[in-house]
Amino acid sequence: MHEAPQDVLVDAYPEEEYWQDLLKVTGGNTNEHLARLTIRASSTCRDWMRRHGVHFQPPLSGALHVARTNAFFMGGGKALVNAYYRSAGRLGIQIRYETPVDRLEIKDNRFVAAYAAGQRITAKACVLAAGGFESDRSWLRDAWGQNERGEWPAENFLIRGTAYNKGVLLRHLLDDHQADRIGDPTQAHMVAIDARAPLYDGGICTRIDCVSLGIVVNGEARRFYDEGEDFWPKRYAIWGRLVAQQPGQIGYSIIDAKAIGRFMPPVFPGVKAMTLSKLAQQLGLDERTFMRTLDDYNAACRIGSFNHTLLDDCHTEGLAPPKTHWARPIDTPPFYGYALRPGITFTYLGLRTDETAAVHFGGQPSPNLFVAGEMMAGNVLGKGYTAGVGMSIGTAFGRIAGTRAARAALAGGTQHANA
Amino acid sequence: MQTLEALAKDAHALAQGQPAITAPEAELIRQMHICNACRYCEGFCAVFPAMTHRLEFGKADAHFLANLCHNCGACLHACQYAPPHQFAVNVPQAMAKVRGQTYADYAWPHALGMLYQRNGLTLCVALAAGLALFMLLAVFLKGGLWHVHLGGDFYNLFPHNLLVGLFVPVFLFVALALSMGVRQFWRSVKPATGGGPTNLPAATEASYDALRLKYLDGGHGQGCHNEDDAHTLARRRFHHFTLYGFLLCFAATSVATIYHYFFGWIAPYDLPSMPKLLGVAGGVSLLIGTVGLWRLNRSRHPSHGDAAQKSMDLGFIALLFLTSATGLALWLGRGTPALAILLCLHLGAVMALFITLPYGKFAHGIFRLAAMLRYATEKQAPKSAEPAETS
Repeated sequence: MHEAPQDVLVDAYPEEEYWQDLLKVTGGNTNEHLARLTIRASSTCRDWMRRHGVHFQPPLSGALHVARTNAFFMGGGKALVNAYYRSAGRLGIQIRYETPVDRLEIKDNRFVAAYAAGQRITAKACVLAAGGFESDRSWLRDAWGQNERGEWPAENFLIRGTAYNKGVLLRHLLDDHQADRIGDPTQAHMVAIDARAPLYDGGICTRIDCVSLGIVVNGEARRFYDEGEDFWPKRYAIWGRLVAQQPGQIGYSIIDAKAIGRFMPPVFPGVKAMTLSKLAQQLGLDERTFMRTLDDYNAACRIGSFNHTLLDDCHTEGLAPPKTHWARPIDTPPFYGYALRPGITFTYLGLRTDETAAVHFGGQPSPNLFVAGEMMAGNVLGKGYTAGVGMSIGTAFGRIAGTRAARAALAGGTQHANA
Repeated sequence: MQTLEALAKDAHALAQGQPAITAPEAELIRQMHICNACRYCEGFCAVFPAMTHRLEFGKADAHFLANLCHNCGACLHACQYAPPHQFAVNVPQAMAKVRGQTYADYAWPHALGMLYQRNGLTLCVALAAGLALFMLLAVFLKGGLWHVHLGGDFYNLFPHNLLVGLFVPVFLFVALALSMGVRQFWRSVKPATGGGPTNLPAATEASYDALRLKYLDGGHGQGCHNEDDAHTLARRRFHHFTLYGFLLCFAATSVATIYHYFFGWIAPYDLPSMPKLLGVAGGVSLLIGTVGLWRLNRSRHPSHGDAAQKSMDLGFIALLFLTSATGLALWLGRGTPALAILLCLHLGAVMALFITLPYGKFAHGIFRLAAMLRYATEKQAPKSAEPAETS
């Protein structure tokens, strides 16, 4: 949030508006206290980030609607992490690469040691920031279970990040140490991404940003959701879930020539055809149903004055589901289709915590074990997403956890006696 | 499937009389499609904002972007898709390979573009030939190199008119070759960069950004990369020493020429004369710059740029160093019996440097300036491809 323009951010994004946005996307499935704390922290954390070498840049080209709400890292997330590691190194912190921790020793809610490949590492305090479980495919499969069509939806998910986010410590804390949990294991930051993306680590470039400029049909060539419900930054993270609920967990974003140049270019070329029937054939969709869907949609469009930067008045009438904004007939060749799959960025199942970032056991906070990042994002994000809030949570709770851990370490023995 | 499509495109292009996309160009284009879908590097330099003006990338786009790239390394260290990722994105390297190819492609006369292929050898031969030329001349004119009595005046060894007769044709040829090369580059890149005529604001912006090496500042002022992901201003600073040292030396020669022809003041000039002041300052600056750039080049992260071009880079740095070192030595050793040999060394180095200017690393400055000028011109026009949303 910011009350007034700040370097790369225009206008203001007040606390209340940010909170209302979050409330809306999470459907109330959030914790107001922790959410507001995150929102407030986002207004002051950027100077701290800059001190540790992070740079910000104006919104990316083609990224409308976000100049007011989102500050972009220059170079993206890897540049951010590089800067933090370098800063930590300068402060004399030793970093052990390729040293996965597989379990913790916890006694009376108190962290004692971590085990990495058989090595026991003791410490006065510990911050857990070991991520969600999105790369553990069998865990995902179990969490999503079998649907009414007998499918295991998670088998068709793509993972947008590395193959290493297996949630080893999350599971260890929840199952072996009975840490207090938060969140539903099927809830996640889920984007409808290009179906041709690699199984892991396709990252940001596999996004398909033309949903609101056209229509989306499922494998049966039918529409299933309002593509023009709201601005894309507030909607992109629901489409993964929407596609996950469709037969075969696949969707097809369909646009015509009018949309070209109005959205971030996709990494892979779209399927292109000069007629809609040919497009249906090339996409392997039932031609008759597809044509009926398109004809119905085109006939239902009430064209006002198209403006993609506003919630405009182009909408459909008498169509279910409706398209409430930016609805224009798909009638100008060439036509393009992009197959979509659910892409998980990170899962929301996590460790329950409070404003101290302490891991809780049976309602009691640990004096020296803290949690940050995806492992606790579910405290704020019960479901849904609004662009950038993950980074806000990560930064706000990372700093809280770090500060608390430092205090716990400095307090050392006395606190131990009291614990 | 894409390969087939690419082949079909190539065949079509060939039929139209356009040259086919080369492997380095195809690789650059492949990477640009990934970058254009990500765009997180936009703040680093001019390449990425220029990229966002395009949805498709042809040969000319590849040439333009390759020469706009300063090989600062920022986008490589920030990239989620850099090796070992399967997308294997290394923009600085892809750009460097195409850049190297464009120097050869646009060389004039075209056949001499092959001198880029084994550029280290080219420079060595040029240097050996330059040295041999002046030493043989000295022996021929004075019968030796050491005991010759010149009274501290090098015109006693090589008369002024002889030097003018040797250097002026070379200089004119170099100027012609470079202009013809950059003219061809400009012609091929202009239609791909909006096609608009350039103007004073664009020229001012491009020159200003080139002269301060804006695109080695990392986009945030803390510098570019050398050994690793740490930022450093060292490359920018040593390049400044080198470029401005070179320009000062050039200015010294120009002022001396004016002295000679307009005022009849004949060299050698001593401190505190203008040519001497400019020459000494330039020479020392070049020494500092080239030593710095050499060290940085040797310690450069192995993934930066195109390893095959190291000999070209280092050869050019070495020739610049040699030119300034021998120039300063000539000044300091003018009163000694070594004058003749020092003069031969200096003139040989200068000759080798000049004659290889259109066929070596020097070309980067000319082509980059042209690309920056097209960039500044293109961005004045509204984008043809204006995307609307992202997150």
